[in-house]
Amino acid sequence: MPRLTAKSATLLVLAALIAVTPFFFPSGYYYRVGALIFVNGLAVTGIVILTGYAGQISLGHAGFAGIGGYACALAPTHLGLHPSLAVVLGAAISGVLAYLVGRPILRLKGYYLAVATLGFGILVSMVLNNERQLTGGPDGIAVPELGLRGLLKDWGLDLTNGQFWYFFCGIALLIGAWIALNLHQSPSGRALRALHGSEIAAGTVGIDVARVKLQAFVISAVYASVAGSLVALQNKFITPDVAGFMHSIEMVTMAVLGGAGSVLGAIFGAGILTLLPQALTVFAEYEQLVLGLVMMLVMIFLREGLLPSVLRKLRGRGE
Amino acid sequence: MTLLSVEGLGISFGGIKAVHDVSFKVEPGEIVSVIGPNGAGKTTLFNMISGVYRPGLGRVVLEGEDVTGMAPFRLAQRGMSRTFQNLQIFQNMTVLENAISGFHLQEKGPVLADLLHLPSSRRRARAADAGARALLARVGLERAADREAGNLSYGSLKRLEIARALAMKPKVLLLDEPAAGCNAVETEEIDHLIAEVAASGTAILLVEHDMKMVMRISSHIVVLDHGEKIAEGSPAEVSRNPAVIAAYLGTEEGADADG
Repeated sequence: MPRLTAKSATLLVLAALIAVTPFFFPSGYYYRVGALIFVNGLAVTGIVILTGYAGQISLGHAGFAGIGGYACALAPTHLGLHPSLAVVLGAAISGVLAYLVGRPILRLKGYYLAVATLGFGILVSMVLNNERQLTGGPDGIAVPELGLRGLLKDWGLDLTNGQFWYFFCGIALLIGAWIALNLHQSPSGRALRALHGSEIAAGTVGIDVARVKLQAFVISAVYASVAGSLVALQNKFITPDVAGFMHSIEMVTMAVLGGAGSVLGAIFGAGILTLLPQALTVFAEYEQLVLGLVMMLVMIFLREGLLPSVLRKLRGRGE
Repeated sequence: MTLLSVEGLGISFGGIKAVHDVSFKVEPGEIVSVIGPNGAGKTTLFNMISGVYRPGLGRVVLEGEDVTGMAPFRLAQRGMSRTFQNLQIFQNMTVLENAISGFHLQEKGPVLADLLHLPSSRRRARAADAGARALLARVGLERAADREAGNLSYGSLKRLEIARALAMKPKVLLLDEPAAGCNAVETEEIDHLIAEVAASGTAILLVEHDMKMVMRISSHIVVLDHGEKIAEGSPAEVSRNPAVIAAYLGTEEGADADG
């Protein structure tokens, strides 16, 4: 059963990386960077489902991250919900909005989804910026404490804030990857990959192309929303930047750079694009330049994305 | 009740009648072939019947239900499947996964079960997997199961496409030039396969250029020329028909029908 191993291998590699890397951290600061990588990885795993499996492109997924993030800021104060339930509420709202936006759009063939989501993302970002009374506007808003770390402490597991969020986000990423990998080999996932291969053929085997595209869009929106919630809860603060256009582009770029067709590849891409700006702070002025250059080189020479291309090369050499 | 009935079907592209007023019927277990010179409108006719194009005129009736212009996936749910002249294979999948995709209507279920890898999801996938392997064996592709579909030879891809269509256990199967680009041995294999499928009760609607094959396996032949039906009948009747001979052997009109 080679497929079973591919799935378990991905999860094992991820789990091992999450568990072992902290031993090499020079300072507590790196837990924060790690947690950020995991959260980005989670959002990008949703992009893998939408773009890698189903071949659809969204340029507004940060909008869903914004909804997830602000749900954690607003639902506890205005609705009295526990922050953990606010994550669920945000995910539900994101899912429903994705359904409403996607339903009319995904009946059309072509790149309408990219344009429609672009508009959606800008809309969410504008609302968050302008509804000052509710959202605090561009300055952002405080987010209540999740409270789980305190609970763990009572149970005798004393973690620093950085450590807690590192492992919490790591586990969230593992669960997200597990779900995406389940989907890959399942009937629903096969239908997504089929329409990516040929929409005409997908129709002839009875796949309701518009419907399964919508499924992929809703699922990926929930991923982005949960990732947005985790960022907000970790920082205990959120600004509209989380819903900004650049963040949407960043998600797609991470997925494409690492390899949108593979969960591990996309997470790898998230890792690189999260780390690079940290490493490039020395050349802060040239950061965008270097990023752009890396992106171009990858697309020219390693079109499937970094990880899948490198793995293929290694395998080719082995034979 | 007639299984598939095509009634006065027609379509125009930019004012030119690509197909005009074509009617015929297909019964269970029959092999009905549509023949005609290049550009006679055979594939266009197929595309209208299978919902790829919406006909300008006429009706397609499947088991008494008007299915004219219905989306291909809905036709698939009602038991119509097809293959394509210029292959439509899922190049991003393995050979086995392509065949499994043919079982979509049987294996699909709640997405949530698939996301969480629940036993019900695994059971559905396993059943489709077994069915697909059996079908690959039937078309002689079992050894290629785990290869990337894109790496297969043209003849193999043709058989893979037929296997995927058969997975749906269709009542009507439309085959658009299944033997095109295949060598004599492969053609004969496909020939046997089609006869076998028809014998099991599936109606076959066939577009094919290999006249020997058409004459050998068809129960009924419809001849198109310039988008119109010029003859219909058994292979023997059709091959004696003067209009057919003229269309094929080139009166001046027949000669420039290419295109």
